[in-house]
Amino acid sequence: MPTKIEKDAISGTDTTGHEWDGLKELNTPLPRWWLYTFYATIVFAAVWVVLYPAIPIRGLTGVLGYTAREAGTAELAEARTRAEPMMARLRAATPAQIAADPDLRAYAIAGGRVAFANNCAACHGAGGQGATGGYPTLADDDWLWGGTLDAIRTTITHGIRSPDDEEARTSVMPRFLGDGMLTRPQIHDVAQHVLGLSGLATDQAAAQRGAAVFAENCVSCHGDQGEGNAELGAARLNDRIWLNGPDTRAIEAFIANPRLGVMPAFGQRLDAATINMLAVYVHSLGGGR
Amino acid sequence: MAFKFSHGTIERNLILLGVLSLITVSIGGLAQIVPLFTVESTIERVEGIRPYSPLELMGREIYVREGCYTCHSQMIRPFRDEAERYGHYSLAAESVFDHPFQWGSKRTGPDLARVGGRYSDDWHAQHLRSPRAVVPESIMPPYAFLDRPLDYRRVQASMQTLRAVGVPYTDEMIANANADLRAQANPEADASGLNNRYARARQGNFDGHGGEVTEMDAVIAYLQMLGTLVQFRDVTPEQLRQQ
Repeated sequence: MPTKIEKDAISGTDTTGHEWDGLKELNTPLPRWWLYTFYATIVFAAVWVVLYPAIPIRGLTGVLGYTAREAGTAELAEARTRAEPMMARLRAATPAQIAADPDLRAYAIAGGRVAFANNCAACHGAGGQGATGGYPTLADDDWLWGGTLDAIRTTITHGIRSPDDEEARTSVMPRFLGDGMLTRPQIHDVAQHVLGLSGLATDQAAAQRGAAVFAENCVSCHGDQGEGNAELGAARLNDRIWLNGPDTRAIEAFIANPRLGVMPAFGQRLDAATINMLAVYVHSLGGGR
Repeated sequence: MAFKFSHGTIERNLILLGVLSLITVSIGGLAQIVPLFTVESTIERVEGIRPYSPLELMGREIYVREGCYTCHSQMIRPFRDEAERYGHYSLAAESVFDHPFQWGSKRTGPDLARVGGRYSDDWHAQHLRSPRAVVPESIMPPYAFLDRPLDYRRVQASMQTLRAVGVPYTDEMIANANADLRAQANPEADASGLNNRYARARQGNFDGHGGEVTEMDAVIAYLQMLGTLVQFRDVTPEQLRQQ
């Protein structure tokens, strides 16, 4: 218990009255400014609970009628209104018109970059570089379903083999081994022939045998020289761009049991203006036709 | 000596300290609780919300088991930046059948409240097996072990447990749980029963492999339906109001 409160000679402040082995403790008061700030926060809080939701004055809200949902919705609506004049022009224009108009194009590239990062980059990479395993590079000039502005817009809008869009781009490559159309040795041969179309065959004899298999099974979609067909999403095979890498085993595995790519239909998620911006942006990544 | 009330008075009286602490803490609690008594329901009157299909439910249990919620939230807050990135803010109605809810409190990875349909099944499978194979900058750990058979012997027990806490699973749903689960993971199976019981449940070969239903199938089926039940194009502001 405190024994004796006394004034400290040096600081002029009271002691707490505690004493241990001759040591005494000063009872220095809180600084005035600190104390008044503290009282001010109490007053602030008392006003706050009346203005903002805490005491239910108007249903779920305080006197100001504030709700986070309405505030957020209003902020979003205001931003949309501000962007609307430009978005309306982007919505009405074709991608080709946007690309031809410097103002619209600049806006579309900036907006497209943001939308791409949010919606496309997970599969196609932050810079459109794609990913091995079925995610095409968008920054080169090889296109499965066409690289014109309109083709890109159609692909983004309806997707590829997307389960929830009836107009989705779709085509089927047979499972040549799974459906018993070719044998393993034939698949080996035709894979070598396909590699040979771009000068990458490692087994020339097999590549020659594979030519006949190719002519019988593959040309209807991939073309005589493996030039591909964007109408069917049939890959061009006579270049050195590969969806799954220039790897013999990957090519054989794909012919045996192809894993056909799926892309969501973004027409159901994104505004038409955003899709136009994306088409112009993707087209600008380097390979647009 | 006259009684002088000071800080010291409170500090020296245990009961007084306890009572005043209780009052102080109660103010914080009341500020959160009392407003709720003035509304009929905080749950929005939107359409389309249904209980999870058996396969989605199993996927959700794996999501909880693996602690996905420690890095991924399922709660889009009503701010412009979140709406621009993730979509419409999350509704109370959308997690009404979640026990426990998976709102989370930390985003090491992105929010998943509306991840459904955003990526292909194949992407999810590859990404779960090896996240850096498709997203080089990702720091997510790989979950390749999910390619093992799904043990769904407990699915009916899970549904009965959820029914006990208010999820409207019918006897018919529980009786057909195993068949519905297998039908959803096999695109060739007859899905008429599944679709009757669980509107808009999507069938698919989620993991890309045939044969047995795997944990991968279940997790992807769950991820692909997240945030897709409410059709926001048809929702009016009136339906969203909490009153």
